[in-house]
Amino acid sequence: MEHSLKTTGSPSLEELYKSPAFPTKEQLHKGPIAIIECIEEIPCNPCEASCPKGAITIGESITNLPEMDYEKCTACGMCITACPGLAIYIKDYTYGDTKALLSFPYEYYPLPKAGDIVQAVDRQGNYVCDAEVIKVRNPKSYDHTAVITIEYPKEYFEEAVNMKRIK
Amino acid sequence: MNRIVNHPILDKEKPAKEVEIFVDDKPIIAREGEMIAAALIANGIFINRYTIHKHKPRGIYCAIGRCTDCIMTVDGIPNIRTCVTEVKDGMRITTQKGTGVWS
Amino acid sequence: MIVTELAIVGAGPAGLSASIEARRAGVDVLLIDENARPGGQLFKQIHKFFGSRAHKAGIRGINIGTELLRESEELGIHIWLKGEVCGIENGHNLWVVRDRNRSEIVKAKKIILATGATENAVIFPGWDLPGVMGAGAAQTMINVNRVLPGRKVIMLGSGNVGVIVAYQLMQAGAEVVAVLEAAPVLGGYGVHTAKVSRAGVPFYVSHTIKRAFGTNHVEAVEIVELDNSFKQILGTEQILDADTVCLATGLTPLTELAWLAGCKFNFVPALGGHLPIHDDKMHTTQPDIFIAGDISGIEEASTAMEEGRLAGINAAQELGYISEDEAKIRTDAIWDSLNSLRSGYFGQKRRDSKDLILQNGKR
Repeated sequence: MEHSLKTTGSPSLEELYKSPAFPTKEQLHKGPIAIIECIEEIPCNPCEASCPKGAITIGESITNLPEMDYEKCTACGMCITACPGLAIYIKDYTYGDTKALLSFPYEYYPLPKAGDIVQAVDRQGNYVCDAEVIKVRNPKSYDHTAVITIEYPKEYFEEAVNMKRIK
Repeated sequence: MNRIVNHPILDKEKPAKEVEIFVDDKPIIAREGEMIAAALIANGIFINRYTIHKHKPRGIYCAIGRCTDCIMTVDGIPNIRTCVTEVKDGMRITTQKGTGVWS
Repeated sequence: MIVTELAIVGAGPAGLSASIEARRAGVDVLLIDENARPGGQLFKQIHKFFGSRAHKAGIRGINIGTELLRESEELGIHIWLKGEVCGIENGHNLWVVRDRNRSEIVKAKKIILATGATENAVIFPGWDLPGVMGAGAAQTMINVNRVLPGRKVIMLGSGNVGVIVAYQLMQAGAEVVAVLEAAPVLGGYGVHTAKVSRAGVPFYVSHTIKRAFGTNHVEAVEIVELDNSFKQILGTEQILDADTVCLATGLTPLTELAWLAGCKFNFVPALGGHLPIHDDKMHTTQPDIFIAGDISGIEEASTAMEEGRLAGINAAQELGYISEDEAKIRTDAIWDSLNSLRSGYFGQKRRDSKDLILQNGKR
């Protein structure tokens, strides 16, 4: 089934590649990086100020799409919880021999615990693979947006973007 | 029970004083200060009244006191908008038929 | 009779912001709201707001609301809750029914109407069953009253209200069966639809509800595809299991008091329909009546707060508490912020409509 942001709710890869904050395949596989899936001009800029390395640029007109400088991004993750749209996550292809890492924002209960096996899903919420929870961070400074880090098999590296809610 | 206890964004509520109200003579537990309609929904009651001609069931619709779909007879007074009226200990609420009866 | 300098009707984000600006300047303010709690729709917005970081972006609506309330309390703003303003006379007198059992007349030199908006209805057989409600109604139940009004929800309407409430229903523990949209494209922000989509919720564009079934409650919903002229295509019907239908089909400004006061109206489809026009000071065509927030056009909480500030500052200036120069400096900055919020793909239509209103509302 074909997907597009304005007809099925989630963006196609084609749409994402047009964004200046979505990495090329090469950048995506190089090491830990932040990925911003924000492809509409809406007035919003908290991501820009949240980056301690100045890797994200929006500029004077706050409807500009965010631009990511992948030379500067260290994947520290500060931007994940700064984004009101929950549109930012971090991936690391080089994490392990067979496993990749994904850190994503999550605002449902119950939260999983480190060591739990959860179901990683794609942009349409379809099951991709099982993943192990490495870390769950939910300090007060995140204002109730938890950040969950999971490790999962490299062959599903690109599809997985989040996890299925726990009943 | 339809109460939301653990919410990912909203902090846990302070424990509220429980009050007893009666719906069609059946006692139910409500939280002091909450809206009647909410107390009913928390206890699985979704019908507030029946319409005057076709006797069709009605429940909340706007939930902010504008549409009157949620009206019930409360302590003898009909047409009370239960979504914007707070419960009181001992309150007697009845499912209203049509425009209700003053008693 | 109560006499005050500035009476503000509605203690939502627009009214609260207006009262804070006016009170800070020294104006004697009376803030009136029909509800038992102030804040309007703000305390239902549990998501982080967009906008510029300089203007509270990234902060949840509920926390912005708490902050506004704290400020208004610190300033000692006089507020009447459970006060329903039922009439307006001679452009200065408000008839208020207090606590649903007594009348009060309020005589004010200036009035700001910040009465917000009401949800639209879409009618189909079965729409009167328990379980069919406004999206805002569901939002009130889950975020304010903390009760779940349903467990399997169909959301009709994919604008920001629809997709945000769909997300919040899932946060409250419900399942969203589908989001339907009559138009061939989804209405809300892509980041909102993406959040809902990755929770496994399907979107159906060019679809609407044909009917809702059930004896005492919604039990199932029949949906149907629409053609380019929004006509139902027979044979495309599907039955979906559900116990709740939320209607997120637009908002209409609540303008009764402006009608009663004789304000001039325009019909502005992009902003919700019939609404009182205003100038760049938020004046209606009646000399001492201002408007702010959704009553002046359906937008967002961020624009409501800015319009409230405009009305509050300008009312304070006209009452002699702020100089014209100071008012201009401050309101110019607010207009910059409003123009920024009304830009981009989603905002431009609102900007164009507001520009037309300002042209017609010039005094």
